[in-house]
Amino acid sequence: MSEQKRTVAINVPVLARVEGEGALDLRIEEGNITELRLRIFEPPRFFEKFLEGHSYTEIPDMVARICGICPVAYQVTAAQALEKLFGVELSPWARTMRRVFYCGEWIQSHSLHIHLLAAPDFFGCSNAIELAKIAPDEVRRGLRIQGLGNELMDLFGARSVHPVGIRIGGFHAAPALSKINAVRDRLRAALPEAEALIRWAARISVPQDDQAFVSVAMRHPDVYAIDQGQIGVSDGSLIEVEAFDDHFAEYHEPFSTALFSTYHQQPYLVGPLARLNLNHAQLPEPVKALLAETGLVLPSRNLFHSLVARAVEILLALHEALRLLDAYRVPDSPYVAVTPRAGITSGCTEAPRGLLWHHYEMDDDGRVINARIVPPTSQNQGRIEEDLRQSLLNFGLDQPDAALRLHCEKVIRNYDPCISCATHFLRMRVERT
Amino acid sequence: MNGSSIKPRVAVHKFSSCDGCQLAFLNLGEDLLTLADRVDLVHFAEAGPLDPDTEVDVAFVEGSVYTPEDLERIQHIRRHSRLLIAIGACAVSGGIQALRNSADGSDWVAQIYAHPEAIDSLEHSTPIAKHVKVDFELWGCPVSGPQMLAVVNSLLLGVTPYDNADKVCTECKRRNLTCVMVSKAVACMGPVTRAGCGALCPSLGRDCYGCYGPAKNANTDALAVQFAHLGLTPLAVIQRFQSINSQAPVFLSAADKARVIRDE
Repeated sequence: MSEQKRTVAINVPVLARVEGEGALDLRIEEGNITELRLRIFEPPRFFEKFLEGHSYTEIPDMVARICGICPVAYQVTAAQALEKLFGVELSPWARTMRRVFYCGEWIQSHSLHIHLLAAPDFFGCSNAIELAKIAPDEVRRGLRIQGLGNELMDLFGARSVHPVGIRIGGFHAAPALSKINAVRDRLRAALPEAEALIRWAARISVPQDDQAFVSVAMRHPDVYAIDQGQIGVSDGSLIEVEAFDDHFAEYHEPFSTALFSTYHQQPYLVGPLARLNLNHAQLPEPVKALLAETGLVLPSRNLFHSLVARAVEILLALHEALRLLDAYRVPDSPYVAVTPRAGITSGCTEAPRGLLWHHYEMDDDGRVINARIVPPTSQNQGRIEEDLRQSLLNFGLDQPDAALRLHCEKVIRNYDPCISCATHFLRMRVERT
Repeated sequence: MNGSSIKPRVAVHKFSSCDGCQLAFLNLGEDLLTLADRVDLVHFAEAGPLDPDTEVDVAFVEGSVYTPEDLERIQHIRRHSRLLIAIGACAVSGGIQALRNSADGSDWVAQIYAHPEAIDSLEHSTPIAKHVKVDFELWGCPVSGPQMLAVVNSLLLGVTPYDNADKVCTECKRRNLTCVMVSKAVACMGPVTRAGCGALCPSLGRDCYGCYGPAKNANTDALAVQFAHLGLTPLAVIQRFQSINSQAPVFLSAADKARVIRDE
């Protein structure tokens, strides 16, 4: 017989398989959650401050260092903002290749998250190395797909962590046709692997956890938005990138080194499931067909569909990269000349984990006067807390501590929180009275 | 004898960083599974295994020391590790976040956070070797997979890892790359920067920006003069040396000299 009023304290010093450091405080009193806080305490690295005084030419290399897993997102967003301010029109080649470059990061980051961080939970494994013992082909397939994403980034950036290829105005260099052709062959060969990944991901049994929430993702009239567009909201609003501050607010909770964000005072979701909820009609036909086959109904109100959403976006990114590299030719110049000018500018793209917004004030010489960067994880932070609260109630607070803890970790991992981006690692303490 | 009982025990620890150097492991692909066969990965939070207090043969440490808690944690790790290897710019020089060291950091906290009293960070971001004995330092922002595997393989063979402290210029020559400083007049840091990346930036026709830190016998004085010849302002010369590895002593003193010239 279960006790109604047990007093239990669980202390999990480290939540594994997230990127960065944070903690979760959970207090249950007489069967009610009385305290639930996601604490992010990775030391702040003050990027926004030390960008000040640096030249626009250095910004892509500096902002990459915010995150080793999604440096391309930071580079492309910064470049987009500065190019807008300087009145630079990218060549069609450079515009297209920015998207291909970005697809590489989605493929890499999503496959890493699915296989190394999220999936082990659903197979009773504590990590991917254990998972590889019971599902060796699936894990190896995942690592190969991740490798292909890295290869796509190498193509334009010479390496996939802190790539060095982007410059304001385009790229430093254009890959040779022979290299592109070799990658296209591998992308094509990966299509059936990514299709099999979606089928596998869709078969993983996940909790039914229906919740109401606001989805926020970029939208573009012609394509599934990645590197360009306006900010779309599931309430139907479409917001200009420059108007971000009119609708979204950041605030600081004393228990966290990340800033929280709200949309009209409410938490909101960014990331793969939010994107799929808003933009699924724009998926390429073969991806749509496969999605229909899995039975996943969109928009989804279950965050546990995030894993399959990532798999779907991997296939989308493979198709996109193939389409965009079709008829590739080496351009006359990989970049256009840039003349800096003073002013205020914003940029916004879809990082693997969701909306990433940059804001810069620049002087006449193209040096940063001030900068603001709103990463996806801090935007999701409020939603994660709200989700945990509802999800734990759905799951049942009378479950054993170990099960509660694992459930919390699964919920948090659905968001693939990147604590380095938001400055952050998770420790969980459960107190019951 | 059971093979698994003689596998070296390995830990990967994170301090203040972008997580990018741990990716040198996580991006190994199928080699990651081979590695897991050859060593016992007992602690590697991002990959799953959690056991920060256990005794290990080798601890890899990513990130810089940046909080009061870090100060204790690095001592604890040192006590429980036979060998401690610092990986990446943050761990060997304080990293890009050490740019704060030259500024008034307390003011920065107040400018970003509404509750500055809740932010527990040290004024300075410092390398691991400032606090404990480090057995080997692997430079780079980020370190690469091949570099990491070379270190792991050396350790598995029981030999000291090879420390390539030569200059990026030597890698350009080996790759037959045209010198970007000579041919394009860009302010390349290659002549004073440590090899290891394979001259990636020059291979794209651009300047090296020093992310692998200072090379051995780096002549920063001559390079600063060359940068001035190329038309860099004194501020731009300072910023060349004050970037990813700003607190590496060689780059720090090069920047200080450039400040003296600017202020004259």
